[in-house]
Amino acid sequence: MIPRSFEYSAPGTLNEAVSLLQKLGPDAKILSGGQSLIPMMKLRLASPPHIVDINRIPGLDYITETSGVLRIGALVRESDLEHSDLIRSRCPILIDTTSVIADPLVRNQATVCGNLAHGDPANDHPATMLALGASVIALGPNGEREIPIESFFPGLFTTALEPDEILTEIRIPIPPASSGGAYLKMERKVGDYATAGVAVQITLDGSGACVNAGIGLTNVGFTPLKARKAEAFLTGRALDQAAIKQASELAAGESQPVEDIRGSADYKRDLVRVLTARALNLAITRAKGGA
Amino acid sequence: MATIDVNVNGANHAADVEPRLLLVHFIREVLGLTGTHIGCDTSHCGACTVVMDGRAVKSCTVFAVQADGREVLTVEGLEQDGKLHPIQEGFFQEHGLQCGYCTPGMLMTGFAFLKSGDDPTEDEIRHAISGNLCRCTGYVNIVKAYQYAAQKMREGGA
Repeated sequence: MIPRSFEYSAPGTLNEAVSLLQKLGPDAKILSGGQSLIPMMKLRLASPPHIVDINRIPGLDYITETSGVLRIGALVRESDLEHSDLIRSRCPILIDTTSVIADPLVRNQATVCGNLAHGDPANDHPATMLALGASVIALGPNGEREIPIESFFPGLFTTALEPDEILTEIRIPIPPASSGGAYLKMERKVGDYATAGVAVQITLDGSGACVNAGIGLTNVGFTPLKARKAEAFLTGRALDQAAIKQASELAAGESQPVEDIRGSADYKRDLVRVLTARALNLAITRAKGGA
Repeated sequence: MATIDVNVNGANHAADVEPRLLLVHFIREVLGLTGTHIGCDTSHCGACTVVMDGRAVKSCTVFAVQADGREVLTVEGLEQDGKLHPIQEGFFQEHGLQCGYCTPGMLMTGFAFLKSGDDPTEDEIRHAISGNLCRCTGYVNIVKAYQYAAQKMREGGA
């Protein structure tokens, strides 16, 4: 399969890239890892007239920690995340997430920022970023702006990025002590999109009560979903099995799945319930120092 | 058209290519290296796997222009001085193939995975090859071939 012809630019700096986007408008599409974009171009589901390849821009492949915030640059590959000691120690839910995205070869090219910027509700990082309360940095002609992840996905395959903006960085507040997270995904086989996926990130206080809960849902709606009712229910509560059961039922109720080849809407809703309960149990174990 | 210069198996190759030319077509049709196979053409099967700058990637999902200035290793580059690479020897000794279609991809994934010369578990090997599909073997002999290569490399055979 051959994509339609396109013009190709490989700018050497972010400012050059933004200038190109400004000049070309909606005709331009950014190429980072290309593991979603190139297949779509080959299937001619997307035929951007101009590709702006940001892979030649140096200095965008960083994973750093500054003042309690993890920063992930635009060209960090999924496999970089998977093998990062900093990520493993500070934010291990990201290891859960990246290791179930596509397959190891795709992860060698695919970027973490691209997983968000693609705007696909079937992608895995959005749910985890929602659970973590992350934000993204958008660079445009007027400089940078920070967008909370909660307002980054306004609709199906749509993001809050303007046509002349580039997602340059993900910022994640590092979870405090006594925090735990888990991302669980049901997939039919390696490389498939989630039938459903659930990300849970919690923080416990000294008595074992939940002081903060974030829950994100994958591929059970037209956008990645934040299970706000389940989060609110858990906050301030002791996390016993009755609370976990009720929170998982709330999360299932907040999901908006549609039937497709992966299953019926009812099946997927029930999957959200089961995965939320499992992820909560795993997150609690991890918050208490277990594996 | 774009002018690219790609180091493939240790030799530089300059060419004028359309930006939409995929790396796998550059390798097979421009360079004539047909050891790299096209399987599913949808980035699932891994038959087209090559190693670019040390990482195994699916060459059906990379544009040739993205390889400009980079080092690409294909299955033709594994053998050195008439001697098979341990991963090739492993597939030979352990009968790691039947039809052979997935084999170049399996070899390149193995080359990138085993470079460190450690002692991977079966689970780690199966995880490493989860982006390479084989419809003949049930993977059993492929895992054995990887283990053979890993042992050979630990013994300094690489």
